[in-house]
Parts: sequence; C-alpha cells; structure tokens
Amino acid sequence: MKTIFKRPESLTLTPMHYCPGCTHGIIHRLVAEVLDELDLRERTVGIASVGCSVLSYNYFNCDMQEASHGRAPAVATGIKRARPDLIVFTYQGDGDLASIGMAEIVHAANRGEKFTVVFVNNTVYGMTGGQMAPTTMPGQVTTTTPRGRDVDDIGYPVRMCEILASLRTPGFIERVAANTPQHIIRAKRAIKKAFQYQVEGRCFSFVECLSTCPTNWGLSPYKATQWLEENMVPYYPLKNFKTPEESEEGGKNAD
Amino acid sequence: MAKVLMKGNEAIGEAGIRAGGLCYFCYPITPQSEVAEYLSRRMPDVGGSFLQAESEVAVSNMLYGAAGAGVRAWTTSSSPGISLMMEGLSYIAAAELPAVLINIVRCGPGLGGILPSQCDYFQAVKGGGHGDYRCMVLAPSSVQEAVDLIPLAFDRADRYRNPVIVIGDGMIGQMMEPVEFKEHKFPPLPPKDWATTGCKGRKRNVVNSLYLDPIEEEKLNMKLVAKYEQMKREEVRYEEYNTDKPYQALLVAYGTTARICKTAIQQLVLEGITVALLRPITLFPFPEKKIQELARQAEWLMSVEMSTGQMVEDVRLAVGHDRPVYFFGRTGGVVPTPEEIRDAVKKHLTGKGV
Amino acid sequence: MQIEAVLAGFGGQGVMLAGKILAQTGMMLGKEVVWLPSYGPEMRGGTANCTVIISDEPIASPIIPHPRDAFVMNRPSLEKFVPMMRPGGVAVINTSLITVKPERDDVKVVNVTANKIAMEVGSAKSSNMVMLGAYVGATDVVPFDALMKEAKKAFQKKAKLASINIKCLEQGYKLGQAARAGH
Repeated sequence: MKTIFKRPESLTLTPMHYCPGCTHGIIHRLVAEVLDELDLRERTVGIASVGCSVLSYNYFNCDMQEASHGRAPAVATGIKRARPDLIVFTYQGDGDLASIGMAEIVHAANRGEKFTVVFVNNTVYGMTGGQMAPTTMPGQVTTTTPRGRDVDDIGYPVRMCEILASLRTPGFIERVAANTPQHIIRAKRAIKKAFQYQVEGRCFSFVECLSTCPTNWGLSPYKATQWLEENMVPYYPLKNFKTPEESEEGGKNAD
Repeated sequence: MAKVLMKGNEAIGEAGIRAGGLCYFCYPITPQSEVAEYLSRRMPDVGGSFLQAESEVAVSNMLYGAAGAGVRAWTTSSSPGISLMMEGLSYIAAAELPAVLINIVRCGPGLGGILPSQCDYFQAVKGGGHGDYRCMVLAPSSVQEAVDLIPLAFDRADRYRNPVIVIGDGMIGQMMEPVEFKEHKFPPLPPKDWATTGCKGRKRNVVNSLYLDPIEEEKLNMKLVAKYEQMKREEVRYEEYNTDKPYQALLVAYGTTARICKTAIQQLVLEGITVALLRPITLFPFPEKKIQELARQAEWLMSVEMSTGQMVEDVRLAVGHDRPVYFFGRTGGVVPTPEEIRDAVKKHLTGKGV
Repeated sequence: MQIEAVLAGFGGQGVMLAGKILAQTGMMLGKEVVWLPSYGPEMRGGTANCTVIISDEPIASPIIPHPRDAFVMNRPSLEKFVPMMRPGGVAVINTSLITVKPERDDVKVVNVTANKIAMEVGSAKSSNMVMLGAYVGATDVVPFDALMKEAKKAFQKKAKLASINIKCLEQGYKLGQAARAGH
C-alpha cells in the first residue's frame, strides 16, 4: 500500500496543546514538512519563544532551545555564530517578536544573520489570556482593550514585514496566511524558500504567517478564518516584500 | 613565556582567547570597552567570533544560544551592563549552561560613574537575576591573577555547567602590570553531549528552563543546590597574609582593596601593630570556614570594601557572634588609601571605634 | 625597595607613554611594576597622569597617595602633585612651562627646560623624553642603557621621531645626572 500522507519526521509524537482551530498546528506542520523535504532535521536547531508556542520544543523533532521573551533572534544569533553549519530557525509570536523583542529582531535582520524566522501573527497575546498585542487591529476588543484598540491612544498595529523590508540587509521577507488551503500552500512555499536561502548561506529570511486565535477572538474556528481574511489581510497584505535576488539587483542600482 | 606589560582590559581579552573563549559578544561600556576593542582586532586572527550586539540584554541571550550550542562563550561588561544581562544569566543558570561573564565594576547605583568600585558584590554572589541560583564568582587582585583565573573560569563553567563571573574593579581593567600567559592544565572535561549541535545519530537535545510541574522544578532547584554545595567543598580559594604570626585583628578584603590593605598592614607593623588579612579569591563559594578559623586568633575583624558594606554581611554570617566584625569602606568611586585603612584599624584598637 | 613616581602633564604631552617606557624598563630588569593611569573625569579635563611603581617585592597597593617622586610638565600638575610627595623625593619640573617654584624645601628639585631642549633637538613633542631622561638621570631608578633599549623599542615604528626622541632622552639624562651631582 502506498503511503500518501503521514506525520512529518520533524514533528514528535507529542500531542499538541493548542486550542481547537488555532493555526499554530498547521504552521508547525509546514515547518516540519520543509525540514523533512530539505533533509535538514538532523542539523537544525529551533528556538521556541515565550507565548503560546513556548512548548514547541516538545513538538519539533530536532534540537531545540527555549529562549526568554523576545530574545529568540539573539539566541539564534549566538547559535549561528557559534556553529555556522547548523540550520537555525526561530518560531515566534507577535507579542514576543513585535513588542518585547523588537530590538532583537530588527538588529538580527539588519546584521543579516543567516537564520530563518517564522513569525506567527494572531493579533493577541494568546498564552496570557488575550491581551492587546502590538499587532491588534484598530477597534479590536481584547482583555486590555475592552472598548477596542483606540488608535488615537496607542497607535496603529505594527507591520513587521514592512518595517524589516525598509532595511537594506535582510534578504527574504514574505507575508502569508494559514487560514485557507490556498494560503497554506503558498505559506509552505515561502517557508521552504526561506530555509533554502539559509541552506545556501545567502541571507536572513523572514516569513510572517497570519494566524487565527479562535479562543481569544471569541469566534468559532471557521468564523476565525473568515475574520482573518476580512480584517487582517487588508491591513497585512499577503505578498513577498523582498528576495535576495531583487535585493542584490536593488543594491547594485542603489550604488 | 616571557612577561609582557599589558593593560588589564587587554590582558583579559587575550586570556579569554587563550582559554578557548572563541565566541565573544559585547556592548560598549566604560571602563572596559578596551576588551571589546582588543578582541575585535584579535578574534579574526584566531578564527573566533566577535559580535558587538544591540544591547546587553541581547548579549546575554546570545551567550545562552552559543553556550547551548556547546562552545565557550563569554562577555565582558561593567555594572549597568551586567544588570541588563541578568535576564540571560538567570536562564543560563537554569538551563545549566557554561558561560563566563566578566564585570569590571564601576560605581553605582544607577548610571553612577566610571570609577572603581566593589558595589556589585551582592549582585554577583547572591544570584543577581530572578530565581534561586548562584554563580561561581572569582575576584582577582592583579592583572596576572585575572589572566590566571580566566582559564579556571572557563574550565569550571564547563565542569559545573554553571555561569562563572570574574569580578574586578576599574583599576584591574585600567592598570598595566607584567603578565605571563601560563599553560593551564585541567583534568579532561565530560563531553558536551547535551548541546544543540544537530541531532544526527542521537536523541534530540533541548536547552530549556521552563518547568510547569512544580515537582520537576524543585528537582532542578535541588540539582543546582547540589552543584553549589560541591563548589563549597571543592572550589574555595583565598590568600592569607600575615596569618603565620600572632595578630590582633583580621582584615577581610578582596580585589585591589586587598592590596591596599596589605600596604596598610605594612605601615601598622612599623608601629608594632600586628594585623592579618584574608583575601577571598572566590566570593562564591565564600571562604567562610577559613574566616571562622582565623577569627579565633583575632580580637575582632574588619571587612574593607569599595562599597557601603556588602561582603561584611557574609563575614558576619561566617563568624556569628564569636567576634565583633567592623566595616570600613569608601564608595562612589573613591578608592581607600592605605592610610585611611591604617587609621580605621587603629581607631578600633584603641576602643574609639564603632 | 620600592619607588613610585607620578608623571603628570597636559593631555598630549606624552606623560602616559613616558610612564609606560619607564614601567617596561623596570619589568625587563626583572622588577615588579605597576602603571596606573588616572582615568575618569580627569581624562576629559585636559590633564593626564599616571603612577609608575617599581619594586623588588610584589607590589601591594597600586594606589599611591604620596609618591616618592614626581615628574610634572605643566603648572596644574605641579600644584596638584608636588605637595603630595614624600620628603626626600625628586621632583623633575618642566620650567619651559612652569614659572612658579614648588613650595617644598624637603624634596630635591630638578629644573629642566624640556620644551626648549626638545625644540632645539628637533621636535617640541619630544619634551616628555627630555623629562624622562632627566628623571632617570637624577634618580637612577633604572640604568640608563636599559631605559634606552626600551625607548628604542617603543619608537621602532617611527624611525624619524626615534632619533629625536633618543637624543632628547640623552640630553635629559645628562641634565639629571648633573643635578644629581649637585650642579
């Protein structure tokens, strides 16, 4: 009998703790499939960050380090500088990366550290119970914005791809989503490219993946995927922002 | 090898390289930026990795990553910078990673100043960051001793899988003294089979400090305690000065302050006053048993520090109620003179003291 | 036996380098040495100083509130450091820039027109070497040939300046020796 679908080897057998309908599981699987397909599992170190995905070190079947809140890019820098032959990726949420870890991600990107960042944006602090994140949508109700995010008071959501794309060094930046089959296929393609660039030793690679949080959004899993499409995608456009090929061209022109 | 005249900060940089500290992360801060400058020149020649990070917070987490990947990683900084590294340090201690931090202490609190101080004693020996942990703390009193203790720091960090802090004041960093880089031989170390180096041919390794199960967390805490107890049994280091003759009082001082005490003691000897000195070289583990033993022959003790009184608490804990323990300190970047220390001793001898 | 000298002047007069050469010479003779710079606010204030200690025994305190000798290249340094000297020490004074006399009758004063001599030799920048030569001439803290050897090493990479510096050192030494002999 021919096997047409199986658990990627790069995922452990540990059952995941994510809420029903959360797309973390899908994104984990995409990363794991890519590690399998590129045959990277045995030379990869993943970095779990603080947030819902803190326990991802139990799920990725490769060497893992658990970082302090926001510092995964610094930890990844340490590993990659110590052992450049390893494949290193961080898996970070939006509170971790875009709030407390803003300095670390911007500087790692700007140094062009040759590791891959998988950035999962679901607009809330999930693990601590749904507080406002830097990525929370205007008007979105969270446990710390009971009247909805007031942009006059605390500004508009942070768009990380756009921020990082404004830097000259980082090579590969793309935003994808995990809410529909079509988006998921594209997401995998982007994640695979990101790792390929790292394998080639070319550049810093960054994939932002829009994700759902049905629990904290107070929506059913299906409604959550729709909410993502209707509210997040218009503000967070799904597209490639940068490839190393374009950057190299652009770099020449700029000089 | 012949002696060379080197500035402390540069000698520290060279000693780190020679000890195999080939992964160095830093953020500039006075009075130790020369270490970073030296290593930025030297590291490429020895195939090591030098990185000036975006902040000390990042530095400490880079140390965590590199140490977790099984290489000898280290940093140097000064007081306010070390405070920012407390996050990473706590994680490093919890994940049982080896790392070496060198603190060329400046006066504080706050931004303080850039002059010599010993005001970070508590931070260094009591853990410093959050959680129940300790670092081994080595306190050199000369440039040569700094150079000799750095290989030991790397070795013990690996052996105990625990952070080691080398603590010096601005003077150690700034002064030049003759230095000899000796060969240091240590027993073989266990393989770093816990490091994240890629899981080919073995079970995957996880470097982590998250324990949601209280029993598991307590187990970790007790495992750490066992290491600290072993350090207390096996790693205590100190220097005795003038303890081979009868003495009226015992001074306790570390680092350059201990050297100033020696001059004060020499001056007192000329006046017929006999005073001895115990200089802790390890601040953690603290030479409490030795102090207890030496205290029996003294009428009283005095802790001399460039602080408002920090190590004096550990001296008192060691001695208990057996003997009075006095304190003399200058702080804020003021370095005590031998004469001041001499006079402080005389004040207590004549009963006019505290 | 331990001697301590404080070397002080304006930033740029080369007192730090003079101190390093002196300490280096001491070390090469197998002595214990310390070179301790002033650092901190003074670094920015336009004056520079360092203390050099040369000893037959391990050096205890690197902090010397009362040095035996002083080597001062400008007036603020004279006013600050000469009063701190121990009785019986040697004060080498750059009289090219210092017109006041030290208010001490218990130290030996050696007056050297360091800038003038250096200028005559070829560069005012080498006044520090005139001072260093004079200090060693007046005190014999280290043998002059040993000092010369280390000075030559220090200026190895600057051939042009080297000969001027060496000459300044020699001129200074002669003055120091003469002062020592009581002229």
